Amino acid sequence: MRWRAIPLSAWVGLIGLTAALLCALFAPWIAPYGEREVVGDIWLPMGGQFVLGTDNLGRDLLSRLIYGAQTTISVAMAATVLSFSLGVMLSFTAAVVGGWTDQGLSRLNDLMMAIPTLIFALIVLAVLPQELWILILVMAVLDSTRVFRLGRAVALDVTVMEFVEAARLRGEGRLWIIFREILPNTLSPLLAEFGLRFAFAVLFLSTLSFLGLGIQPPEADWGGIVKDNKDGIIFGVPAALIPGAAIAGLAVCVNLVVDWLLNRTASLKGGRGDG
Amino acid sequence: MADLLDVRNLKIGATAYPPGEPPKDITIVHGVSFTLQKGKVLGLIGESGAGKSTIGLAALAYGRGGVRITGGEVRLDGEDILKLGGRGIRAIRGNRVCYVAQSAAAAFNPAHRLGDQVIEAAVRHGTLTRSEAWERAKFLFGVLGLPDPEGFGKRYPHQVSGGQLQRAMTAMALCPGPELIVFDEPTTALDVTTQIDVLAAIKRAIDETHTAALYITHDLAVVAQISDDIMVLRHGRMVEHGPVQQIIEAPQEDYTRELVSVGHIQKQEAARQDDALLRIERVDAAYSGHFKVLHDVAVHVPRGQTLAVVGESGSGKSTLARVITGLLPPSKGQVTFKGEALPPQFASRSKEQLRQIQMLYQMADTAMNPRQTVRDIIGRPLTFYFGLRGQEKTRRVSELLEQIEMGKGFIDRYPAELSGGQKQRVCIARALAAEPELILCDEPTSALDPLVAAGILKLLMRLQAETQLSYLFITHDIATVRAIADSIAVMYRGRVVRFGPKSQVLSPPFDDYTDLLLKSVPEMRLGWLEQVLASRRMESAGH
Repeated sequence: MRWRAIPLSAWVGLIGLTAALLCALFAPWIAPYGEREVVGDIWLPMGGQFVLGTDNLGRDLLSRLIYGAQTTISVAMAATVLSFSLGVMLSFTAAVVGGWTDQGLSRLNDLMMAIPTLIFALIVLAVLPQELWILILVMAVLDSTRVFRLGRAVALDVTVMEFVEAARLRGEGRLWIIFREILPNTLSPLLAEFGLRFAFAVLFLSTLSFLGLGIQPPEADWGGIVKDNKDGIIFGVPAALIPGAAIAGLAVCVNLVVDWLLNRTASLKGGRGDG
Repeated sequence: MADLLDVRNLKIGATAYPPGEPPKDITIVHGVSFTLQKGKVLGLIGESGAGKSTIGLAALAYGRGGVRITGGEVRLDGEDILKLGGRGIRAIRGNRVCYVAQSAAAAFNPAHRLGDQVIEAAVRHGTLTRSEAWERAKFLFGVLGLPDPEGFGKRYPHQVSGGQLQRAMTAMALCPGPELIVFDEPTTALDVTTQIDVLAAIKRAIDETHTAALYITHDLAVVAQISDDIMVLRHGRMVEHGPVQQIIEAPQEDYTRELVSVGHIQKQEAARQDDALLRIERVDAAYSGHFKVLHDVAVHVPRGQTLAVVGESGSGKSTLARVITGLLPPSKGQVTFKGEALPPQFASRSKEQLRQIQMLYQMADTAMNPRQTVRDIIGRPLTFYFGLRGQEKTRRVSELLEQIEMGKGFIDRYPAELSGGQKQRVCIARALAAEPELILCDEPTSALDPLVAAGILKLLMRLQAETQLSYLFITHDIATVRAIADSIAVMYRGRVVRFGPKSQVLSPPFDDYTDLLLKSVPEMRLGWLEQVLASRRMESAGH
């Protein structure tokens, strides 16, 4: 790996991501005030004692943002990892086994994708108890339909290659073929998609929180902070815009890194993974 | 006579991106010079990477994919075309100098009619009007022996065969009446029986239109039929340049001598051929239940010997291999191995049965996982079949690498870091690692340069002599068959038309197809093409 070879845009993305991750990991030490601590008057302006001002209940906005990074990033990360594990396993099975298994899984996937994601999520979350793991699970299952589509497409390209045929003729089992022959050759597009999906998960979680079905107050998350402070916009208070900008910033940073990963995606003909 | 094309000290470079290292500039062509007179044909010959296509494209002042012409002159009628600007070069390309690519199927736009594509360049350059160009196209279709010259231009690329498409491409190049045509391996992708028609058509078209040509190929026997002069290239340098007769009959350089004598491996045919290791008993096979590809195929591979299966593309040779491996269960008949019937599906075969039959593919590139090292590729069968691990596995892998004449220095390389011949050798080692009794070889040498291919064939023969391996060798190349076979099966449209010991199959009386196949194989001597064509005309006159 050569540091010089990383373009400027990727550096911006990497630095932004690192900052967000540091905030998430060390929130209690970085944040000047507590997550739920009411420290002053409502909607105080920026500057002075409170760097970003206070929110609709008089809590420090910077501290809320830092704690919010923790929830937002960890939930989005968990949902994305889960959706990838699910999507990749099912799609590779569909591609390798083929026939009726493929038809069954693919049509089921089409069925899921036919229902608008947000409406589906709203209905399911309204019915089920409001717990964090259920939220993550619902987000993961809905997102895995997208992963399935990509996974099946890239795996099909590899499945028809002769080295997979050679492995089958050797008598290798299905798991070996999926994890040793196909996965290493599809890792680059999947990794790139992972970054994109992570950004979408952050946005989706924020949307849900804004609509009141995501993270429940008083716990902080970026979408929730936007919702809490949205009324302030009428009075010219920018408190809702700051978490909105944080969401946009994180999404942009992730995409900058993903673009860079896509550019250096080695083709199948390439040699070493870092080529 | 003045020279039409005068290439002086041509230097061509490119930027290479070796994995794990910074990009660097490399030289592809090191100062090549030659001249070409009006109406003459110069053959450029060499192995892949010799720079022959690059030199051919330089005659159009073009560098493909990041290739740069870094020095020298390319004079067309005395004018250095490398010094012309974009407009000047556009006036020459497709007008005074035309190009015929190797894969006509990829070079034609499938959405437009052939005729429109053939006349496009001439009309765009204003050389001919639309109706004049159509007339000329029809005339050229006739000269090139295409069926129905009047209506041919109205067809789409997918409606004609590969050989016809290649001739249509030649018509496209000839249409504006160019002074020079660059042929870049126009017959390499074709069957021998088709190749001879295309060669004859190109030769006649060149004769009738008095166009000069650069003919690029790696097949010396082909170029000997068409060219006046031959230039042998290697590693971007000229090895030898002279009249065809001198190159074929009295080559001066060692490398040229090797090229001329490459077809001369000969194997003594085994005397007894009745001890069958693999027997294919009256097999029918069909794809998706309907399209029948194999009809009543019955052949056998004698133990420790080689059966060559020969035929043109679409004759069912590779399907036969798929039936034997169990990828395509036969709809009728069965395959027996060592006297026992093999289960038709590979999934229901035992590990032991799978181990004993191994496979070699045509494209070694796609037959190896690009993310595995040579150690993993060769080592996996060792672990899988024999449970070898650690030190012992490494030792055996090194042994196998010695056996395929590569040495253990290659053990940690990735496939992308190997040459074409080395890749095929690693595939051979992977097959050997399973200690099989039979190896199915599906055209393992047809994607390789002649000298490299000869090396692979020698290796396969040595391994057979040492370990009593049996081969079922699928090929379309009669020279390869002569070199390695004990027995031969000739396939045509899914049927075995001839099967028996080599000496018997290759001696008359022939059936029609075998006769055509044998006569179509280019021979490395002058006047072969004329002789074959003359004998064909005699036959058709006789009918």
